[in-house]
Amino acid sequence: MKSTKRSVAFATVGVLALAACGSSAKSTTAGTTAAGTAGAGTPTFNIPKVPMLDQLGAGEGALDIVVWAGYTEDGTNDPKVDWVKPFEKKTGCVVAAKTAGTSDEMVSLIQSGGYDGLSASGDASLRLIVGGDVAPVNTTLVPSYTNIQDFLKNRPWNSANGQMYGIPHGWGANVLMYNKSVVTTAPDSWSVVFDPASPYKGKITAYDSPIYIADAALYLSKTKPELKITNPYALDQAQFDASVALLKAQKPLIGEYWSDYTKYQQAVTSGSIVLGTSWQVIQNALTAQKPPVGVASVIPKEGATGWSDTWMVASKAKHPNCMYMWMDWIASGPINEQVASYFGEAPASKGACTDADGKTLCADYHADDKAYSDTIHYWTTPTKTCLDGRGDICVPYASWVQAWDAIKG
Amino acid sequence: MTLTTRAKLLLATLSGLVLIVLYGPLLVIAVQSLNSSAAGAWPPTGLTFKWWTKAWGNGGWTDALRYSLLVALVATVVALALGTLASFAVYRFKFFGRNVISFLIVLPIALPGIVTGIALHSAFDRLDISLGFLTIVVGHATFCIVVVYNNVIARLRRSSPNIEEASADLGANPFQTFAHITFPALRTAMLAGAMLAFALSFDEVVVTTFTSGARQTLPRWILDNVFRGKQITVVNVVATAVVLLSIIPVWVVQRLTDGGSAGR
Amino acid sequence: MRPADANIVDAAIPMMPQDGGGVEHGSVARLARFFDRHPRLRLASFLCGPGAWLIVAYLGSLVLMLLTSLYGLNDFTGKVDRSRTTLENYRQVFSSNGPYLAKIVRTIGIAAAVTVIDIVMALPLAFFIAKVLSHRWRRFGIVAVLMPLWASYIVKGYAWRTLLDPAGGVFRKTFHVSPGFGQTGLIMLLAYLWLPYMVLPIVAGLERLPDSLLAASADLGGRNTRTLRSIVLPLLVPAIAAGSIFTFSLSLGDYIAVGLVGGTTSVIGSVVNSNISTNLPFAAAMAAASIVVVGAYLTGARRLGAFDNL
Repeated sequence: MKSTKRSVAFATVGVLALAACGSSAKSTTAGTTAAGTAGAGTPTFNIPKVPMLDQLGAGEGALDIVVWAGYTEDGTNDPKVDWVKPFEKKTGCVVAAKTAGTSDEMVSLIQSGGYDGLSASGDASLRLIVGGDVAPVNTTLVPSYTNIQDFLKNRPWNSANGQMYGIPHGWGANVLMYNKSVVTTAPDSWSVVFDPASPYKGKITAYDSPIYIADAALYLSKTKPELKITNPYALDQAQFDASVALLKAQKPLIGEYWSDYTKYQQAVTSGSIVLGTSWQVIQNALTAQKPPVGVASVIPKEGATGWSDTWMVASKAKHPNCMYMWMDWIASGPINEQVASYFGEAPASKGACTDADGKTLCADYHADDKAYSDTIHYWTTPTKTCLDGRGDICVPYASWVQAWDAIKG
Repeated sequence: MTLTTRAKLLLATLSGLVLIVLYGPLLVIAVQSLNSSAAGAWPPTGLTFKWWTKAWGNGGWTDALRYSLLVALVATVVALALGTLASFAVYRFKFFGRNVISFLIVLPIALPGIVTGIALHSAFDRLDISLGFLTIVVGHATFCIVVVYNNVIARLRRSSPNIEEASADLGANPFQTFAHITFPALRTAMLAGAMLAFALSFDEVVVTTFTSGARQTLPRWILDNVFRGKQITVVNVVATAVVLLSIIPVWVVQRLTDGGSAGR
Repeated sequence: MRPADANIVDAAIPMMPQDGGGVEHGSVARLARFFDRHPRLRLASFLCGPGAWLIVAYLGSLVLMLLTSLYGLNDFTGKVDRSRTTLENYRQVFSSNGPYLAKIVRTIGIAAAVTVIDIVMALPLAFFIAKVLSHRWRRFGIVAVLMPLWASYIVKGYAWRTLLDPAGGVFRKTFHVSPGFGQTGLIMLLAYLWLPYMVLPIVAGLERLPDSLLAASADLGGRNTRTLRSIVLPLLVPAIAAGSIFTFSLSLGDYIAVGLVGGTTSVIGSVVNSNISTNLPFAAAMAAASIVVVGAYLTGARRLGAFDNL
């Protein structure tokens, strides 16, 4: 009889299993239709209503976040680099940080739930806002926010409809870096990476992401004024097609696309790459290594794109109070300085530039240089609702991704 | 053995070449772990033990290594059980959808890891299971089953069912037949499957990203350190150390499990 | 021990209770007899574990995800629009003037090349390990094949960057040629990464190949090459098929190695990976394409008799 019972049990498990699948088929979809209103200047987004925290409560004792590697060091990689344990001690929120490799991974993780917040780059933030995946942030509950550089507040990649959706963390420009021993005259235009007759053909690199299409758009905004590109992230179909065509023509010039430091650093050291978009931190690593590689970088006359990371609160956060405490902690001057210096970026807080080390850091990364920052067109997720307020005629990011597939062939 | 000396020499030469291919890149990793150039310039710019010292003081990777070993071990055990059962079912019985099973089992490795990862993540989320050790094991076992299954079924197809029938005719019940006849015949195939499953789990990053909690596995730690960190040098040390350390357990497992064919 | 040796059966018999169940084995024996009489239930119990696992944990959510390939995308939120069903995603994937069909063909080509290279490299090594080395040394052989697996896949990828680098890599500096970063380099890296997955199944297959068969062939005047061609290879087909399923499938789904040494190459995996968070329906359609490819591969292998002819 035992055996029969066991078989029955097995059968039951099977049925339950199937039933579980059946019921899970009714998956929840919070589909919302958004319609931007046409108007000059700033766009209006139709964003799903997500409540904002109006009062800071007691910490929930835990914090689950998705971060870039290097944003949550707890001393395991280097005992001297630790700003997580002091936070845990201070607030009682035990930090569980999940690192993601790409913005897409971050978005997928946040969308599928289970996290309180993330450190979103500009190519991720607006899609999360518009999709209702993150909550508006009540900046009055984050005292450190007052000390954030003013030029980082209320920008298109961290706010919408005049509401902040996160706390700025750090930023950097996508500069044009070149190997001084090969590229002997400093370039002053992005034409060196786009011109089919570029002498550096096959040794040029470009950032491996759909957001790189904006670099082409930025170049065209200056070289082909008839396209009337005002914002490289707000492209109508004609402007978009022109940018994609430019990148398709650029492909034969590219040695390889890059997306991680190590690969880039190795390629420049070996000499297989001599020129291309880069980050300050990579340049610093190349000049600091032994033996150093003589590289320099410029922001060409067309300007440059750039990135700015923002701490955001997930709309389904289970520990919102701890998340607010974390945002206040990480944006506070000394901690912000520590993180930015470890990661290699411009800190967002003015308080990060006060002591001696902070002053050097901020000078290295142009952190309190508003004029420098103004030349940067920060990554912003392209949406159908044009960011420059032209209405709903722009090419959304999903199409950027597909175009990038086509560019890579 | 019936091979001529010439044939043996030829085989030895070819095998030597393949082994050079297998070990060349490992040698490069070992050399890079001692290369004074942080960007891995070739030829190396100088000899240094700096990275080894640095790795010694880094607690991140030892913790990740322990976790990875545990995950891989449990996932392998689960995959071994399920993969063997599935191969028996498909081999022994004729039933509707039999051919589909081997297809379904292969899917987790044939699809890009991110598909498996997101499918599992959303399943866990729907069932309200929080991510942690259990979910990584489930994720890894899902794509490890195929390794065991394919090895075992290849062996089953090579072995004759007559022998098991003979065993049954002589009065053995199915469990005895399994223990004394079937299992010994399958042992090396299961071992090969288990070792490859272990290796696959030990190395996986993408499914892990979507099924793990905050605690890092070794490949995840490595990815973080090469991707945005500045520690490829330490990563080279870790890879070299893990290869060297692996000799011991692999040896032990081999020794423990191949007693069966010792009478050759 | 192998079942073909009659003495093993002899040895096993005394351990088996002749009456079909001693006191201490009573319930086990009853269960055994029960299963004997009810083969369907035996089947059910065999399938239950793996079946429930695959259905619940994986296939359920996979199917749900693939179903989204029939939906449209909300252009404003970037989320799946379930109010609209469409075949547009599939049209896009299989359109002859779009970029995707070419990527699918390229990926299949890469996976096939990797598989062929691995078979060619694995056969002599596996044969050497299983049939030339003595028992004691065979253990060394297997350990030698397994060891490279413990160096992380990513680290090996970076090591191959050092080998392949077109300007200052090991190949360039030593042999003055290098395929550089691109499709060739990618095939080399993948073939390298998955080689043990081909060698081990073949070794396991060869171990089951009785030496007596080789001896018989030799006695009958078969030369080594002939023995190899007409006796050994056909018997090895299931093992090679098992290994090829690993090398082919693993290459088909990869996109990390592509990012490391692929230069500007893009494959099915890269497309799925880049689209999955912005356009899930399209990524699902692309994933469906690789499911079709795997299905075709397995069917082809079965047609060729890789599985059932023995």
